[in-house]
Amino acid sequence: MVQWTDFERATIQNIFGKIDYEDVGPAAFGRCLVVYPWTQRYFGNFGNLYNAAAIQANPMVAAHGKTVLRGLDKAVKNMDDIKATYAELSVLHSEKLHVDPDNFRLLADCLTIVVASRMGSDFTADVQAAFQKFLAVVVSSLGRQYH
Amino acid sequence: MLSKEEKELIAQIWEKMIPIASEIGSESLHRMMTTFPGTKTYFSHLDIRPRSRQMLSHGKKIVLAIAECSKDISSMMVTLAPLQTLHAYKLKIDPYNLKYLSHCLIVTLAAHMGSDFDPVAHAAMDKFLSAFAAVLAEKYR
Repeated sequence: MVQWTDFERATIQNIFGKIDYEDVGPAAFGRCLVVYPWTQRYFGNFGNLYNAAAIQANPMVAAHGKTVLRGLDKAVKNMDDIKATYAELSVLHSEKLHVDPDNFRLLADCLTIVVASRMGSDFTADVQAAFQKFLAVVVSSLGRQYH
Repeated sequence: MLSKEEKELIAQIWEKMIPIASEIGSESLHRMMTTFPGTKTYFSHLDIRPRSRQMLSHGKKIVLAIAECSKDISSMMVTLAPLQTLHAYKLKIDPYNLKYLSHCLIVTLAAHMGSDFDPVAHAAMDKFLSAFAAVLAEKYR
C-alpha cells in the first residue's frame, strides 16, 4: 500500500479542491493532443484535431477532458486504495480501448504542467513532488490490469 | 522537427529568461531533486539547499547554455561540442536524467509564465529540450 505523508495528503486534497475541473480537464487533455500528437490515434472520431487551435476549440476534446478529471477524482477520494479503485478502468483501457499505458504518463505530465501554470509560485517543488507521486500511483494503477 | 515559427518562439522565451537565469535554473534543479531524488546523487559535492549560492550559480550556467543554443538551433552540434565532451568523459550523468531536468525546466517555465506557456509553446519547448538532451548525450558512446 502506498504510504502518504500528512503533507502529501493535504497537498492533493488542496490542489483538487482548488482547481476547476471544467477548466483543467480540457486544458490538460487538449495539451496532450498538441504536445504528443501521436496520442490522437485513439480519437479518430473526435473530428477536427488538425492543429492546436482546432484541438482547443473541439467540444469532444473538452468533454473528454472533463471525463478524465472526474475519473481522477475517484483516486483523490480513495488515496489509500487507488489500485482497487482503478481496477475496472484499467481493464477497460486495456481490453476495450487498447490504450498504450505509456499514454497515461504523457497525460499526467500535461496535467502537471497545467496545474503549475494555474498555481504559479504556489506550485512549489514540494507540492510538485507530492502531485507527481500521486499521479505516478494513478498511472501505475491504470496500467496494472494489462496483460 | 521544429518549424521556423517554433524556433523563433523558443528563442524568444529563453531570451526572456536570461536576466533571471539563476532563478529559473536553481528552481528547476530544486524541482528535479525533490521529485526525482535519485538525481541528488550527482550533487554530493555541492550545497543543494534551495537557492544556495552554488545552486544559483549552477542553475545559471545551465539556463545560459540552453539560451545560447536557442539562438541558433540548427548549429546545436557545434555550440554544444565542449559540453558534449564534458558530459561524456567527465560528468557521466546517466542521460535518462536529462529528461527529468527537461521536464522540471518546463514545469518552471509554466509556473512563471502561466497561461502564456500555452500548448503550442509547450510542444515547441518539449521538442527543443529533447533535441538538446539528445545532442548533449551524443558522445557518451
